[in-house]
Amino acid sequence: MNSSRMRGVLKLAAIAMFGLGLGGHASAESVLRVAMTAADIPDYTGAPDQGYEGYRFAGYTLYDALALWDLSNSDKAADIVPGLATSWEIDPQNNKRWIFNLRQGVTYHDGCPWNADSAIWNFKRVMDPTAPQFNARHVGQMGTYVVNIASVDKLDDYKIAINTKAPSSLFPYEMAMYYMISDCAVTAAGNDYNVYMKKPSGTGPYKFDTVVPHERLELVKNDKYWNPARIPKHDRLVLLPMPEASTRAAALLSGQVDFVEAPSPDTIPRLKDAGMQIITVPYPHNWDYMLRVDTPPFNDIRVRQAANYAMNRQDMVDMLQGVAVAADQTLIESQPWYGKPVKYEYDPDKAAALLKEANCSPCKIKVGISTSGSGQMQPLPMNELVKEQLEAVGFQVQLEPMDWNALIGVFLSGAAKSDFDAINFSMAPIDPVQGILKKWMTEYQPPACCNWGFYSNPKLDALGKQALGEFDPAKRNALLTEMNEMAVADAAELYIVHDLNPRALSPKLSGFVQAQSWFQDLTPIVVTP
Amino acid sequence: MWLYALRRIILTIPILFGVTVICFALVQIAPGDPIQNLLSPTASQADAERLRAAYGLDKPLPVQYVIWLGKVLVGDMGMSIANNTPVTGEVLRAFGNTIVIAMIAVVIAFILSTIFGVAAAYRSGGLVDKAITAVAVFGISVPTFWLGVILVILFAVNLSWLPATGMGSGGSKGFDYLSWNDFKFAVMPIIALALPPLGIMTRTTRSSLSEILNQDFVQTLRAKGLTEFEVMVHAVRNIMPAAVAMLGLQLGYLIGGSVLVETVFTWPGTGYLLNKAILTRDIPLLQGTILVLATAFVLINLVVDLAQSLIDPRIKRS
Repeated sequence: MNSSRMRGVLKLAAIAMFGLGLGGHASAESVLRVAMTAADIPDYTGAPDQGYEGYRFAGYTLYDALALWDLSNSDKAADIVPGLATSWEIDPQNNKRWIFNLRQGVTYHDGCPWNADSAIWNFKRVMDPTAPQFNARHVGQMGTYVVNIASVDKLDDYKIAINTKAPSSLFPYEMAMYYMISDCAVTAAGNDYNVYMKKPSGTGPYKFDTVVPHERLELVKNDKYWNPARIPKHDRLVLLPMPEASTRAAALLSGQVDFVEAPSPDTIPRLKDAGMQIITVPYPHNWDYMLRVDTPPFNDIRVRQAANYAMNRQDMVDMLQGVAVAADQTLIESQPWYGKPVKYEYDPDKAAALLKEANCSPCKIKVGISTSGSGQMQPLPMNELVKEQLEAVGFQVQLEPMDWNALIGVFLSGAAKSDFDAINFSMAPIDPVQGILKKWMTEYQPPACCNWGFYSNPKLDALGKQALGEFDPAKRNALLTEMNEMAVADAAELYIVHDLNPRALSPKLSGFVQAQSWFQDLTPIVVTP
Repeated sequence: MWLYALRRIILTIPILFGVTVICFALVQIAPGDPIQNLLSPTASQADAERLRAAYGLDKPLPVQYVIWLGKVLVGDMGMSIANNTPVTGEVLRAFGNTIVIAMIAVVIAFILSTIFGVAAAYRSGGLVDKAITAVAVFGISVPTFWLGVILVILFAVNLSWLPATGMGSGGSKGFDYLSWNDFKFAVMPIIALALPPLGIMTRTTRSSLSEILNQDFVQTLRAKGLTEFEVMVHAVRNIMPAAVAMLGLQLGYLIGGSVLVETVFTWPGTGYLLNKAILTRDIPLLQGTILVLATAFVLINLVVDLAQSLIDPRIKRS
């Protein structure tokens, strides 16, 4: 081969190399592509919608809260740790005043400093309708976490006092859900959140890079993140909404994504065969029937107990190919408030006898179910199985399917506004506020909040008040445990299964630790080219 | 001709008005509430009411309709409740993504169905006819979402020839139909969209042409000594008005009925947008999308009517 021809071949090879993207620095960027179950990109302006998946991918990635969830291990249920506050304590003189010491030296992605002024500005964003930064949409998502706040005082540049309307020993849990966004960025946007969303700014481990509406949200590593241990081990995070389970599985198998949320159980063997990592872990998720307990038939504890004894939960687990575990109660065993509750082991004879004793035969119930939805798992076949098991002991079940949005409406308006005796509505009992207090205390009956079935137990209410005023964590946990045991003894709902939250990961990913939480930390994931 | 066109255009105005009333009413009748998607699971009724007022959803329905219609008339379809972005931009962007694959699909279906229909009619009752009829029946009967999933399993998962989902490796922004790297994302959605109209149009072409070929004038043409090809040209010209009508109708169906295909392939068109708007009860987005689709359907029919009258002057006279 003569030299000019040789040069020509080398030139062509070089062009081909660049053409294939092998010669430039662009290929050095490591990219983690995630297929979400969400139908759309969740709100990324600091008040995520679309359930806790929104918090998982568009919340804790871009933003931090005063407290954060410790998502670093999979052995115990996640609890809160310091975030944008380094510590907090109740004022020894006033049990309605929490003091938060703010982390120093933190800046938002746009360089704006994090301090007491910024914190107070952020509370006004949701609490003060006259403030220029007030955002009604943010109230919808975040309002519930600040509902107990009376006022916020600045003590110094890095210390604030939050005054609560009533003693609230569990208040820091609420603060783990309330994101802080850059006041400078919103002010620079003229307090117009549509302008702000073009360049949102938080303090989180990822920075916003680009968005294609409805299609993809791209975040990049924040290499100046205040917690060096959580600086992402990859350069870019691409989040893709993909509501169809089969599409997500196909996208993973064809190499279009690296990380898939909630593969359907029937695709798991195929994914395993292709070398994908299937990761499951228990987390505070509860697939149950909420029962209306102020009217017949579920106002009779024997009927509620009968329903619980009728459940062959192992059948359900088998049908789901092991991506769920049997539920003894609302909480999972690794949560500190699980206690030693009554267990309703499968006993159809006892169930039938209880129904007979309650004189409810056939015991007609109408149940609202959804056809799909966040956390609802495989609602149609699962509800068919529940119906079959209930009817085997003497219930007569009428399932009324509706779409997820309609069922949310039934839930929010409370049992009294519908004719359902029960609804299949999965919830996230991630902390004692959501898993115990708001679920069972009388004051949280609709329209105040989410005690859908109007459960009321004066003893439990008294314990709740006591727990909210108890600032010693061990003593408080004992009270909460007692409350939880009380609700289970009352068979306050029909316990069925807890999801194991399967995820499928490409073999080229390593380092992911699936926490026992609805939220997950993606930062340790290493993407091998 | 111009008078005919003007009359048809004027007639579309009450149709479009009717469409706005129906689409507004239907969306309101459906159970569910857009505000629920913006609320935390532990939100109170008071939070919900506050947000409902912020979006004007607390006003009486006729008032909401008049406000909406007034804005639509000046090209403003309101703001999406789920995304807080202008609906007009969202819908037009999605419409652009749908119209291209729908048109490619319908053109492919039209060309192939004409070839298949003519061959089947010419060899009526023969092996070719039976084979083509089998393909056509398959096209009509097969559910597109099932076909979409099968195509993905075959071409994306097993053979790795085509990407499974999405619109380009960087999303629809900057998508280039002339670049294979981008266009390959559109191939499977186009195939899934093209198959049902291919089946329907093949059947229509075959039956229309068979009828024409049995008419006396065809015998006359043959008696005059025309070749079979020349005879077919005459016959095919006679089925063109019906074929064009079918083409327009199918294009309209594809634009409005691509919800399943676009959802399976995560193709960000109007079908995908509509699905999302339904799931989240995003009323302004739902109304805007339905209105644009209905308007497109009406306009396509108008163009088809006018094209038919050009091809066949008898239609204009009637």
